[in-house]
Amino acid sequence: MKRYYRRAIQDLLSNRFLNSITVVTISLSILILSAFALFLANVGDLVNIWRQGVRMMVYLQPDLQRDRIPGLRAEIQNMYGVAEVSFIPKEAALERLRNQMQRQSSIIVGLDHNPLPDAFELRMIPTTQTGGKMETLAKELEQLPEVEEVEYGQQWIGRLTSVFNLFRLAGSALGALFFMAAVFIVANTIRLLIYARREEVEIMRLVGATDGFIKAPFYIEGMILGALGGVIGLGSLFLMYLAVSSNVEASLTGDSFTLRFLPPEMVGAILLGSIIVGWFGCYLSLKQFMKT
Amino acid sequence: MEADAKSAIIRIFHVFKSYGTKKALVDITLDILKNEFVLVTGPSGAGKTTLLKLLYLGEPASEGQILVDGINLSRIPRKRVPILRRKFGIIFQDYKLIPQKSVYENVALVLEAAGKRKRLIQKKVRSVLRTVNMEDKIDALPPSLSGGEQQRVAVARAVVGDPKIILADEPTGSLDEDSAKDIINLLKGFHTRGGTVIVATHDKDLIRKTRGRLVRLGMGQLMDSTERLSPAAEEQAG
Repeated sequence: MKRYYRRAIQDLLSNRFLNSITVVTISLSILILSAFALFLANVGDLVNIWRQGVRMMVYLQPDLQRDRIPGLRAEIQNMYGVAEVSFIPKEAALERLRNQMQRQSSIIVGLDHNPLPDAFELRMIPTTQTGGKMETLAKELEQLPEVEEVEYGQQWIGRLTSVFNLFRLAGSALGALFFMAAVFIVANTIRLLIYARREEVEIMRLVGATDGFIKAPFYIEGMILGALGGVIGLGSLFLMYLAVSSNVEASLTGDSFTLRFLPPEMVGAILLGSIIVGWFGCYLSLKQFMKT
Repeated sequence: MEADAKSAIIRIFHVFKSYGTKKALVDITLDILKNEFVLVTGPSGAGKTTLLKLLYLGEPASEGQILVDGINLSRIPRKRVPILRRKFGIIFQDYKLIPQKSVYENVALVLEAAGKRKRLIQKKVRSVLRTVNMEDKIDALPPSLSGGEQQRVAVARAVVGDPKIILADEPTGSLDEDSAKDIINLLKGFHTRGGTVIVATHDKDLIRKTRGRLVRLGMGQLMDSTERLSPAAEEQAG
């Protein structure tokens, strides 16, 4: 095995120009792909933060007696998808409104009675924060005789989820496309490398070398090129990330969001992917070449 | 014939080889015995090189059967072809050395391909390069060597794996007289140590000075096959 590695490294050094082109090609593909993955990961975080802020307000009938509140609260708490139920008495709601409308507080001061109803504020478990599931829960709540109205950001959640899913789908398609493009380019570059060394391969065959003996260094070269391309692509992305992260964090979000780099497992997966690109490119070229 | 069959290392039965409509070999039947020195001769286009190619499966025969050391070439699976080729040491007129690899690496390649250990490879390659008088150019690249030196490296590569048979295709074709003599002496040395040597040549000087069997081809056909015990006998063969 050591012998194959030695031969592969010798061959890599003796064809620097072609090998550099292959590495640059792979690193560009990896850079574009991982940049998109980084964008999706951060958008995903942002969407999750916004989703966690999603509340459902359940307004109760104005004439509902307060002694029925604990029973009703328990009933709602047991419904599917509900994580937390908080009772907001109408006095507290008015106080909150007053705080929110400090400049227009005269409107509230002039009221002779509290027009707001008692309400429950519901926080959902993350898996039910999709449009369809929230709608089902809202309908279930509205059928309770004690409930007057249910409010939540139906359209907003629906749109957000659709856009995010669209991005994810586009990301997967783009990933597949870049993977194929990189394999194709690597296959062609390796083909050029093999073609440049066809005489050597032919001589090896004549002296009794097996296909495995001939192919092993090419595979090792392909994987080294893939790994180098992956490291350079991800390294470039990390430098870009460092350069822009502070500006983006300050302008885009509040305290709860931090722009982050790709998680280690994704970095590992991308590196593995780039090695596979190198290997697969070799496989395609050698398969065709060794038949001749 | 029975004795011949037992000691034959190569058996060729009614072999034909065609390239499209052109017939390169026509109905060749020939036995080559162990430890024979065979000179295959004939004019250009007679089929000498084609015959050698069929033996190491550089190309398949169109018809007929060839047995090499008991292996039927028409039935050999692809993955066993390298094992067949290790039975041969092949010398080409154009040397076929890898230009980017040193003399040492070119010769060592045969043993590396056979999976030999590094220490054994070093020992054998140095020993065989000493035999062909190329030990002082062990690190040289082939393009920096003369034709005679390159052919000596090719001989070293052909013998280093201890093959049973040496196939040499016009080994002296592009060499001066002294270099040609060196190469022939190396081949004779291999023969003396028990190996089988098949040389395709139309070098009249080489034929005159070398003992062994003379196989003559013409227009792809076997014209005759004669044992020559002395150079004088060749004079008769013409």
